[in-house]
Amino acid sequence: MIIKVLRYTKEGGEREAFIEYDVQLENPTLLQALAFIKTKIDPTLSFSSGCASSICGSCSMRVNEVEKLACSYKVKDGDKITALKNMSRIRDLVVNMEESHSKNIKAKAYSEIFTSLQISQADAKINELQSDCILCGSCYSACPVFDTNSEFMGPFSLTRVFRYIFDPRENSGTKKIQNIQSHGVWDCTLCGECTLVCPMGISSKDDISALRSKSNIAGFMDPNFSAGALDFGAPTF
Amino acid sequence: MNKVLIIGAGGAGLRSAISAHKNGAEVTVISKSYPTRSQTCMAQGGINAARGENDSVEHHIADTLRSAHGVASQEAIAILCENASTEIEFLDSIGVPFSRDKSGEITQRKLGGASEARACYAQDFSGLKILHTLYDHCNKLGIKFINEHYLINLSVQNKKVFGGNFLDMQTGVTKHIEADAIILATGGYSKIYQKHSTNSAGTTGDGVAVALRAGASISNMEFIQLHPTALKNSSVLISESARGAGGYLVNSKGDRFTNELAPRDEVARAIHNEIESGSDVFLDIRHLGEEFIDENLPQERKLAKLYEGVDPIVDLLPIKPAAHYSMGGIEVNLECETNVKNLFAVGECANHKVHGANRLGGNSLLELMVFGSIAGESAAHSSSVSPEHKTTTQFESDRNFIEGIKHFTNQIDFYEKREFISNIFYNNVGLVRNDAGLKAVLAAIRQIQMEIPFMGPVDKSMHYNTNLVEFIEFGNMVELAEVILVSAISRHESRGAHFRDDIPESKDEMYATDLKVWREEGILCADFVGKTDDN
Ligand SMILES: Cc1cc2nc3c(=O)[nH]c(=O)nc-3n(C[C@H](O)[C@H](O)[C@H](O)COP(=O)(O)OP(=O)(O)OC[C@H]3O[C@@H](n4cnc5c(N)ncnc54)[C@H](O)[C@@H]3O)c2cc1C
Ligand code: SF4
Ligand code: SF4
Repeated sequence: MIIKVLRYTKEGGEREAFIEYDVQLENPTLLQALAFIKTKIDPTLSFSSGCASSICGSCSMRVNEVEKLACSYKVKDGDKITALKNMSRIRDLVVNMEESHSKNIKAKAYSEIFTSLQISQADAKINELQSDCILCGSCYSACPVFDTNSEFMGPFSLTRVFRYIFDPRENSGTKKIQNIQSHGVWDCTLCGECTLVCPMGISSKDDISALRSKSNIAGFMDPNFSAGALDFGAPTF
Repeated sequence: MNKVLIIGAGGAGLRSAISAHKNGAEVTVISKSYPTRSQTCMAQGGINAARGENDSVEHHIADTLRSAHGVASQEAIAILCENASTEIEFLDSIGVPFSRDKSGEITQRKLGGASEARACYAQDFSGLKILHTLYDHCNKLGIKFINEHYLINLSVQNKKVFGGNFLDMQTGVTKHIEADAIILATGGYSKIYQKHSTNSAGTTGDGVAVALRAGASISNMEFIQLHPTALKNSSVLISESARGAGGYLVNSKGDRFTNELAPRDEVARAIHNEIESGSDVFLDIRHLGEEFIDENLPQERKLAKLYEGVDPIVDLLPIKPAAHYSMGGIEVNLECETNVKNLFAVGECANHKVHGANRLGGNSLLELMVFGSIAGESAAHSSSVSPEHKTTTQFESDRNFIEGIKHFTNQIDFYEKREFISNIFYNNVGLVRNDAGLKAVLAAIRQIQMEIPFMGPVDKSMHYNTNLVEFIEFGNMVELAEVILVSAISRHESRGAHFRDDIPESKDEMYATDLKVWREEGILCADFVGKTDDN
């Protein structure tokens, strides 16, 4: 089986090229194929890996332009493997995730004031899915907003905010909501690209929609409407 | 204010960071990957705490002691079990979404070797959710993270540590980072068994090897737990809950051959014996039904389909035992201090003397929390001043090593040797050991040590050179392999995870104690220390 990997280096000037490798394995995962290349063909191939069981989020990359975890994707003849988008590339399939992770801090994706209380089984389900996030960055790579707006907090950080805001133990009022108004929930176009690629079945799009409703209830408005950018000609009194 | 440098960002590292911060220290957490990629995220089963109506701290202590087979410290186990509930409440207070029962209380399940349902869990994602919540909380506290920096060695003078030397993986630069106190939280060493291990790729024992080189003692390295049920081709763990729920183990003839709910080491050896006699072994959970499997073992179903091409609803799962947890590690006292001043160790890389010869499921995550909290406090208050004129010898030697990689040759392929070691370890230093087998492997390891100068990274780049990092990890594993073998050969008995078919009995009067290893002038020394408890 032949697979094509987009090799990339910054050393001695930026260069990139698709290199073909003949992987002699039967029905491997993409991660097994990459490990085969590294240990048997070319040790200079660079990629990240960890648990090999879809839970550490290290081996996210793109296969034929769609985000996948290498450890849970069965690679096929002719597949084209490239690095995640919207993050600076370091080498080959390795990207720098610092900037995307720093948005968790900007978004204050943590518990603010927790009142310890009992939670019903049903309430515990509210944010069960959102706390499955493995920070693989697939959603961040797939989000088209970053083409024009690098300040956007991005899907996984907002999903994390959802996780804490909707936790019945959180008791910080509207403070957390206020923090995601600028470069947050309203910068998303609700296109749903993030939902399509999440290996954990999380929909950041849905989470962002819910955070928007919560923002409305708390008295915040979509700035795209209030700034007069969209003027429907309503009479002013 | 003490500058505390924590090396490793798994559960142990992050819990220590929060505690050191609370105790007034200026904290930096540094690791070779990103925090949330640490192996802690893989834990599924849960974290122990005696909270149930019929349970008690005394029961938890008794279960842990029994499983330790006479080589643990009662005092350390008491600390572990007594502080368990406080730690669960702490995790709850920062937002860990533990699974709940109908009354809204944190629910608990029974893991192997426990007399009660004692493990608190978050579905199948206990480690993931604990690790990520700790990480979010560290972000809240403003704790500084340095990612993708690989610890090469520690700088030590007059038996005091004053800094660590790191390869900045992105730039290839070797950096010295100073600190008043250092906590090693670098995880275990079971990846020596490579494809025969359930562990994550980076669990290569770096911190343990570094500590040994820095003059610290390490202990009980021969105790390595093999989990009975890992998928045959990939060694992906199939959690104990599959058997707990009523799964059968069957051989090629379809016959059951053991009590599936016996302790881990017994079940694993029964499986081993079947495999040795030429049979395959399978886990059969078909009778549990699709609904049950999808509700309780969804990850397992997904992974079995992916790696083995079988669906546990209609097929048998091919399994084998795989290396899972390293009980041994860096010698520490109850304050998590090593015998090198200002150097602390915590988590799987340390030997907190709570697991002894066999760890109980659910006690490891607990150990990270309880001793993480203690390590952070100890390091924050560690008062031993650093040396005045710090030597730069170690730093220079580490930097020269990294810069010298262009001169390494690769006449012998270290990846091939890595695979070779994993196979001979699995076959001879696994579930069933004996003098002849252990000595043969030791001879092979010593041969490989001599060949290392003919090995090296093919990749000469200074940018994100994973070939180089894997070579250093390989060196650490070879160093620990020798220690494990020397320890296993010295322990002339069987105890817990260390089973020898040439001496199948335990010899309490001589060996019911820790086996300590250290280096003196480069020479490896080993000694059975006085019994840890005077009982
Ligand atoms: C599949 C699986 C399931 C498990 N299930 C359970 C369970 O249900 N309950 C339970 O109690 N236990 C369980 N365990 C065991 C438990 O998860 C581990 O013992 C525990 O997570 C170890 O945590 P740690 O913080 O000590 O190390 P790790 O989480 O392994 O973290 C090590 C850290 O050190 C860093 N590091 C390592 N070397 C270097 C270096 N040279 N330079 C810089 N940084 C370095 C790494 O990047 C990482 O951040 C399980 C283990 C596995 C593999
Ligand atoms: S739905 Fe929003 S966050 Fe998701 S990809 Fe589209 S724009 Fe980005
Ligand atoms: S939300 Fe999904 S795709 Fe995004 S980082 Fe988390 S796990 Fe990955």
